[in-house]
Amino acid sequence: MLINGVRNAAITAAGGRGNQEMEHTMECSLRESLNLVSDPKNLDTSVEEVFSMMLGIACERYTGPAEIAEPESVTAVVGFGGVLSGACVFRSGASAAMKIAAHMTGMEFSEVDDTVQDGIGEICNMLAGTWKGKVPELAANCGLSVPTVITGQDYKIHVQSPEFKLVHTYHFDDASFEVTIICDGLQ
Amino acid sequence: MSEVRALIVDDSSVMRKIVERSLRQAGLDTLVVFEAGSGVEGLDQLKIQKVDLILTDINMPSMDGLEFLRQVREQNLAPGVPVVMITTESSEQSVKQAIQSGAQGYIRKPFTAEQVKERVLPLLNAA
Repeated sequence: MLINGVRNAAITAAGGRGNQEMEHTMECSLRESLNLVSDPKNLDTSVEEVFSMMLGIACERYTGPAEIAEPESVTAVVGFGGVLSGACVFRSGASAAMKIAAHMTGMEFSEVDDTVQDGIGEICNMLAGTWKGKVPELAANCGLSVPTVITGQDYKIHVQSPEFKLVHTYHFDDASFEVTIICDGLQ
Repeated sequence: MSEVRALIVDDSSVMRKIVERSLRQAGLDTLVVFEAGSGVEGLDQLKIQKVDLILTDINMPSMDGLEFLRQVREQNLAPGVPVVMITTESSEQSVKQAIQSGAQGYIRKPFTAEQVKERVLPLLNAA
């Protein structure tokens, strides 16, 4: 899928700072803070913050197997570029996406239209921004791409040998969604 | 407070609605909103509308919020009008960049209506 294109856009958003330049400007390696960067709690608190502040709803982490069984799903991707490259991926079934958009806008939805996709893209954008803001080196030296949203059936995202990957599932009301942080490059 | 005319610039129509709702919840009942889906549209709006407040996203395709603000100041499109940047970027560097570009306020996404009120009302009262 489009992870590379999204990541390139994020590198541009980071001010076009290439790997070499970043290596010279960073006093210490982000790799040394790998435990902090990959701390699963950062993702959970980011999800809590975004959903409570923007939607007024509480989410609970669900640690069982992934539960998104609907045929139609909505996926939003925001790329990271700079000292960390990778992506934040939000995925849910169509009904959960429509519920989230309804909480954001106060409107009701019967299909995954442009407004629902726009809302899910923004949720992913805020999750990515909040997550990277938990680590000061990332907040300052990692850019975000604009969100890309994909809807459809029977598609999978595959990333080869990531540095680390966090995949968490959350519940709200009677709906669930999944948030994935993929890091495929770290300085 | 008398009528407040606000320009909201964001490539997300959902975020524009959320910002508008937050402004109304902040007590701006007589709010008149103009929306722009990009920095370019925002500049066009400012050429035909007089506004009291500008709220703009930073991370937008084609023209980002910082460039939009630079153009607003360069073309003298909204002299004395307070500008608040709304963004997912939270680093000190981003805040500094926004202030250097001429923004008076900064709101980090996600935000609450209360935070919008705290950042925006003092600017309107001072204007």
